[in-house]
Parts: sequence; C-alpha cells; structure tokens
Amino acid sequence: MTGTVLHCGYVPLVDCAPLVIAKELGFAAEEGLALNLVRQPSWSALRDMLTLGHLDAAQMLSPMPVAMSIGLGGLNAQIDALMVLSVNGTVFGVSQSLASQIGDVSFGDAKGLLTKIAQVNDKPLRVGVPFHYSMHRLLLSYWTSTAPKLIIEEVTVPPPRMADAVADGFVDAFWVGEPWGSVAVQRGVARLMMSGGDVWQFAPEKVLAARRDWIEANSDTARKLMRAVYQAAQWLDAKKNKPLAVEILGRSEHLSLSPDLIDPALTGHIAPSADENPMQVDRFVQFHKHAASFPWRSQAAWIAHQLGADAADVEKAKTCFRSDLYRQNLVGIGADMPGASQKIEGSLRFETAVASSRGHMILAPDAFFDGRTFDFSAEKG
Amino acid sequence: MSENLRILVVEADPAKVRDIVDALNAAGWSDVKALGQISALDRTVREFAPDIVLIDLANPDRDTLEHISYVTQTEKRAVALFVDQTDDNLTKAALNAGVSAYVVDGLTMHRIKPVLETAIARFQIMRQMQSELDAAKQALEDRKTIDRAKGILMRQRGLSEDDAYNLLRKTAMSQGRKVIDVAHALVTAADLLS
Repeated sequence: MTGTVLHCGYVPLVDCAPLVIAKELGFAAEEGLALNLVRQPSWSALRDMLTLGHLDAAQMLSPMPVAMSIGLGGLNAQIDALMVLSVNGTVFGVSQSLASQIGDVSFGDAKGLLTKIAQVNDKPLRVGVPFHYSMHRLLLSYWTSTAPKLIIEEVTVPPPRMADAVADGFVDAFWVGEPWGSVAVQRGVARLMMSGGDVWQFAPEKVLAARRDWIEANSDTARKLMRAVYQAAQWLDAKKNKPLAVEILGRSEHLSLSPDLIDPALTGHIAPSADENPMQVDRFVQFHKHAASFPWRSQAAWIAHQLGADAADVEKAKTCFRSDLYRQNLVGIGADMPGASQKIEGSLRFETAVASSRGHMILAPDAFFDGRTFDFSAEKG
Repeated sequence: MSENLRILVVEADPAKVRDIVDALNAAGWSDVKALGQISALDRTVREFAPDIVLIDLANPDRDTLEHISYVTQTEKRAVALFVDQTDDNLTKAALNAGVSAYVVDGLTMHRIKPVLETAIARFQIMRQMQSELDAAKQALEDRKTIDRAKGILMRQRGLSEDDAYNLLRKTAMSQGRKVIDVAHALVTAADLLS
C-alpha cells in the first residue's frame, strides 16, 4: 500500500460495506490513501480509540457523534459525521415464544405489531439492542412510546450474541443490524417482525466520523477519504455488483461469515423465519441512492431531539453533521447536491423530485410509522 | 491508598481471572468479585456496588457495562480498562480525556497496584470536580430562587430589596429553616396563586 496511511475503525456488520469496498476495490488507493481498516470489539472501544487519536476516522452509529456533541455518552470530544455511511439496515425480531403469542401480524406492520405486543405482554418486555446511543434504541423508544402501557426494558447485547440471548430467554425481542437478525432466523430461535424502515423509512444508520480537530488539521486526507467512500457506496448500490460485494464482505478478514448470511441485507431478501420464503424489502439498506450519504442537518436534529436535547442543543447537534464538507469535498466527483441541507423529517410519503445542483435528485420516502413530521428549521437562532 | 475498595472483574477466562484476582489481593485489595457471565452483570453491579470495575478493552461486553453504568450512575464508579500491551501514550491520553475510563496495562502483575492507584486517584479528582461543579450550579439556582422571592415581597409588600431579604432571613431564623427553603416555599405559593 502506498499513499497517506489512514487508520479507520469499524465494527464487522454488513453496513461497514462502503469502507471494505473502498479498500478492497481500490477506491481509496486511487485517491492516494492507504486505508487501514481496524476492527473494533465494541462501540465504546471504537469511540475511545477515535477520541484518543488511535484512529483517524471510524464507522459510527449515527447517534454517537450527536450524543457526544451535546455532552452525553462518555468522553468529551467533538466528533463530526463527514457523511452518512448507510441508511436503514436493521431488523426487529422476537423470540419463538413471543412470536406464537403474537400470532399473525404481517411483516412490517409496525402499528399492528405494537398493538399485539401490548395486548399479550403483561410484564416488561426485555429488548436487546447493540448500544445505548444507537438508531436501534431510538427507533425502539420512538415506536413504543405510542403504547404507554407497554414497559420496555432495554438490554445492551453485543450483536454477535443476540441469537444466543434470545435463545436463552435473556431477551424477549431484539433490534439489531444485519447479519445478526438473519443469523437468529437461521438458527431457528427468532422470528423477524419488521425492518427499521417500517418505523422510519429513511433513518441514517451509520456515519463516517472523525474528530473535528483532526478534520481541520487533515482537510486533504478527509477529502480523499470522503471521495473514496462516496465512490464505494455508489458502486455498492448497483444491482450487478451485489454478488461480488457479498463475496468480499464474507471473507475471513472482514465479516468472516458465509455469503448466505450477508446476501439478505444487500439484496433486501429478508426471510422472517426459517420456514418462510424471503420477502423483498425495498431499500432495506441504502448506501448511495436518494442522497443516502448526504448528512442532513435535520437528521442530526431529530436524533438530538430524541435524546432529549433542548433547542440550543439541537442547534449544536446540527453542526456535527457536516453537510458543508460534503458539499465542498464531493462536488468535484459529480455528486448531486440537494438545494437545502435540512428537510422536514417524515414529510415524504413517496419518492419525490427535489431541487439539486444537477437538477435530478429523487429523495426516497422518509415517513414515520405514525405519520408525524419534524421541522427543525424554525429553531435557527 | 489504604481504603478497601470493592473491585469487580469482568472476564470470561478463568485463568486470567485467577491472575488478576491474585494480583489485586497481593496489592492489598481483598474485596474482589469476578464475573464471567455477562447476563448477571446488571444484578451484580447493583448488589455488589463496586467502586471500580475492571474490564479488558477488547471485551465486547464493554457496551453492556457502559449501558449499565448509565443506569446505575457511573459517576460514582470508575471503570478501568486493561489492555494486554503496554501503551503509555494511550494510557496518558485516556487519563487526560478524564471521565471514568482508564486504560491500564493491568496484566503486568507488578504494575497493577500503582496503575490502579493512579486511575482511582484521577477518578476521585474528577468526581470531586464534578461535585464542586454541581454545588456551584446549585448555588446559582438558589440565588435565582431567592431573587424571585425577594421580587415577590418587593412587589406585594412594597419593600426595598434589603428589607425583602431581611424579612426572608428573619422568617427563616424564627422557623429554624434555611433562607432558600423559605424562598422556595414563597415562590411555589406565589406560582400556585397566580
């Protein structure tokens, strides 16, 4: 490897794909970067290594930089999201015993499922999530807050152990990123009930993060990294490239899993249980299309709002989603830029054409399951 | 540091646990509990109420521990991390970053005592700073409440600011209460009546 060495942390999940592809298919090398991907054992460890300067950049759960910006969740450091690495890509599943109590609810019916769970459950529901400051947990809280009688006990479980946790009865349900939902299904210990997109159709899931002072001191390297990852994401969203992507991700140095566990997420063919046929979930995980990698200020605002931030902190949170750098650094490689950096989250029910620098941007639906909308633009100043 | 700290070691490998517990005992800490099964972590942290939790940096259960710490108020508890290789830069950076995480090359047995002592000392300084900060914030809040109470007396009874304060103080003294408590009662009552 030649070029500027860049140490980038990641957690082995399907949605680390843009980083792995940027390295393996040479997008990083073309930019003059020697991308060194460093696997991390936990999100806390990744956060600490990034904060302490042992990593230059890292894949992060989208709420992590937001939480840190407003003084939550561990070490004090200003971490920024350079771009969104992936949208959606998580599943909610239940144990076999809860599944049989719930009975027949069609996959993806967030409202119907919640009503059923609230009916059959008279004790607190223990739900496994990977990390406290994760989109999984925020979506879980948002979804279940509409059923005030249902008490949720949040349990943090490392994703590779989610299947065991539900098999042992340690949790009744889980919200996890692929491939770990499909792993639980293949082991016959859980039934998937919906995807994250059924609660929020366009939820920023992972971001590419770096320390603000590092970005300032290494603006050229940051630009190279963003360009490489942008191109990898573009490559990943092309249907014809999926088989190769599945093969590369499965390799031992990355996820080290068989291709049939990685394929469901990338193709959107999700099997809810071991004896059901896979169903097609649109935009199960999105890397590039519909401006997926654009870090909307309003997405950071929604996250901060869910974390209980006041108006001042919501404004502060917005500044850590660097749509300014995205515009500045990616315009040169033909990225289409939306006219605005904020949108009313939840307002798009259909694919919608919007004003953009190249004039043809189509945004995907971003509605919430309960139809609420969030406009944070009024809170300026 | 002579006080007897309660130490919880989170580690699945029994051989490693034995080494760590031996080193801790040899260093004079006897109130040590080891936990291999993460499923019992929540209950153990609540019941054993450790002063310090030791966990390997590479342990994936770290996220679980961190979550439990939010729920059970980490600020009262230090979490020390140990890594297998000595890395002075990392240790220093972690210490400077403060809060409750410390990186320790804890498996080098002869060093476990000084390293842990440093970590705990740093933690206590941080905790003290936190409580001083909390006290300062509280003082500010109290000041605001007293100002509001004075304002109410000045408006309702036509008193000067000094007289309003004196009245608050006299009332507090005659009732054996604090000025802030009287001010609080007045502000609450005024809110109810308005």
